[in-house]
Amino acid sequence: MKRFDLIIVGAGPSGLSAAIEAAKRGLDVVVFDENEKPGGQLFKQIHKFFGSKEHRAKVRGFVIGEQLLKEADEAGVKVVLNATVIGLYQDKEVVVKIGEEISHYKGDSIIIATGAAENMVTFPGWTLPGVIGAGAAQTMMNLHGVLPGKKVLMLGSGNVGLVVSFQLLQCGCEVVALVDAAPRVGGYGVHAAKVARTGVPFFLSHTIVKAEGDEAVSGVTIAEVDDKFQFIPGTEKHFDVDTICLAVGLSPMSQLLKMAGAKMEDNPRRGGQVPICDEYGRTSIEGVFVAGDVSGIEEASSAMIEGRMAGIVAAEYLGYIEKEELDSKLKELDCALDGLRQGMFAPSNRGKAIEKTEEGIDISTNLLKKGYIADDEIERFPGITHRKGIHPVIECTQNIPCNPCQDACPKKCISIGENITSLPIVLQDCDCINCGMCVASCSGQAIFLVDEDCGDGTATVTLPYEFLPIPAEGTKGIALGRDGNKVCEATVVSVKTAKAFDKTNLLTMRIPKEYAMSARFFKAEEA
Amino acid sequence: MNSVNDRSRDIGPFVPGPDDDMLICRCEEITKGEIRKAVHEGMWTMTEIRRYLRTGMGLCQGQTCSKLVKGIVARELGISPGELEPATSRVPMRPIEMRIFANEAKEVGDHE
Amino acid sequence: MAERIVEHPILGVQEKGRKVSFFFDGKEYEGFEGEPIAAALKANDVMIHRYTKKEHKPRGIFCAIGRCTDCVMIVNGVPNVRTCITALEEGMVVKTQYGVSEKPFEEQ
Repeated sequence: MKRFDLIIVGAGPSGLSAAIEAAKRGLDVVVFDENEKPGGQLFKQIHKFFGSKEHRAKVRGFVIGEQLLKEADEAGVKVVLNATVIGLYQDKEVVVKIGEEISHYKGDSIIIATGAAENMVTFPGWTLPGVIGAGAAQTMMNLHGVLPGKKVLMLGSGNVGLVVSFQLLQCGCEVVALVDAAPRVGGYGVHAAKVARTGVPFFLSHTIVKAEGDEAVSGVTIAEVDDKFQFIPGTEKHFDVDTICLAVGLSPMSQLLKMAGAKMEDNPRRGGQVPICDEYGRTSIEGVFVAGDVSGIEEASSAMIEGRMAGIVAAEYLGYIEKEELDSKLKELDCALDGLRQGMFAPSNRGKAIEKTEEGIDISTNLLKKGYIADDEIERFPGITHRKGIHPVIECTQNIPCNPCQDACPKKCISIGENITSLPIVLQDCDCINCGMCVASCSGQAIFLVDEDCGDGTATVTLPYEFLPIPAEGTKGIALGRDGNKVCEATVVSVKTAKAFDKTNLLTMRIPKEYAMSARFFKAEEA
Repeated sequence: MNSVNDRSRDIGPFVPGPDDDMLICRCEEITKGEIRKAVHEGMWTMTEIRRYLRTGMGLCQGQTCSKLVKGIVARELGISPGELEPATSRVPMRPIEMRIFANEAKEVGDHE
Repeated sequence: MAERIVEHPILGVQEKGRKVSFFFDGKEYEGFEGEPIAAALKANDVMIHRYTKKEHKPRGIFCAIGRCTDCVMIVNGVPNVRTCITALEEGMVVKTQYGVSEKPFEEQ
């Protein structure tokens, strides 16, 4: 039986981060992953991440994945792929299936970073081909370049449902509806808004009655539910679809820990069965640590920090570093993690209905019920200001830990301040040079550059555009409002691309000036 | 002893439901009605349900249905799902052919 | 191959392996070497991978990462192969799985 200082199960964001920190401190580390490629789910994440610089904000998930792999390689981490850990015993013995053989390894310490599995819901027809998990949709389109379907209904308005809906639109799929049994959108408002403005209708307090089709999905019926989640007769709506995508949450994949005899608990706030552990991932078994979604469902950004923590804790446990180094490093990481765990969507706020922002502004009720901010709600947010000439309009209306826009503006027009969750404000006396860096840097695609009055009865709106084909200059089409409905005719003035924009194109459209504050998307076709 | 193990508790008779034919365990093709009936036949723990019906014992090893089954059993017993101990986790965690399961590597560390 | 993404606004033109042919239920199809069998089938509009043992119901891709085992088929004579994580090879023989057999139920 071969021995390692540290055996890590799972080469996703947390497992790789743990491996990097431990290997850098001299531990002999091996990472086993059952998949053919490392990186976990990071390589399916094509959107820009939230947070601040230290969390690699505004970098796309798959790029973070590449960076992690490079870092792991440089640190001398051994990653064994197609290696399925099928057992974990109490004395830290790991049983792995590699190829056609079973091998036993002994770890002086172990980090379980197995992540999570998708939850499912049942409805008549849920086993039909064409009903798929949201993860499956991401895998097919972003890893394998195959469309999951042409007409899709998404169930689930958490960040996964919202982000995957947008990704489906980016591939050219039609998303016919976004449905959730909950009365409020679960994910970030900005993720919802970028889907809603393309014309996808949201149906909150609705769920699937049945999937239709004999051999594969050909349609779906949804209906409204009451506050006890019972269908309200007469509210049925039918859609012709070939795909139904399920994004109804994740559960920690913690079975290995249970097998090893770690103390477990059922904790709904962490997403299900999780090991009882301290804030640095120490479980009830000495030398067995956890990091990432396996110990509580969060984002990839926090999983990476938890991984780093666990890696350092393991290094200290085995005596590779002194207690002082551990404490100082953990303090630094605590800070980074605290930064991510603030705001409306913090784990401590899970399940709470928050009605006001930290600034005391009423949250948009339309945003929570329909996925977009109504025209009569937008003016109350501090990112919305009016003045002559081109200026940024920031439709960021919920307190989430994110601040790249503040650093993006070379003229320092945008301020978030010390508190990373504060809503951005546009400084009145600043000098916007129309560079577009703020628009491209906003992970939530919530910043627009608006010239409300060009002097000839028109206005221009510059918006983030991550779709193909890119419309040519002069293309005529329609401008859509935040709700995805046509507001007016529009003409493309320009589409700017630059390396610094990282694939977020800046589309500028000319519209009649009365629509300057309502037109937020361009569609290159007549209504 | 928690309420789950208190077998003297009366959970009432099995009442057929409109969605009893809903498939829950996709691998072994077990329905909601079969699971609910099993509870009334005395299967009050996840391990008992699993052995009685084979839910979660198919190819996927309960990856998809275990949370669903737990919810149904808890509801039938009138308790919260958190009170139900999950079924035992044991080797192998993933489906594996017996010929591979029995094939111990002679030289551990060949794979690096 | 109508269902392939030719160019993606973020990922650009995705690198693919060599074009190879394979057989699905006796008919020849094209896919890319190294991609999952399930991806190649999906790109060819194949939705049904198997029919279940008890109820004889159709199943296809569900999780696409090897967990749910719904997409299993008979590949080169071996049943229960998870097609979403098994790489396509030139000349592979892929068959719809009926229960655990390649024979339709009425012939079993």
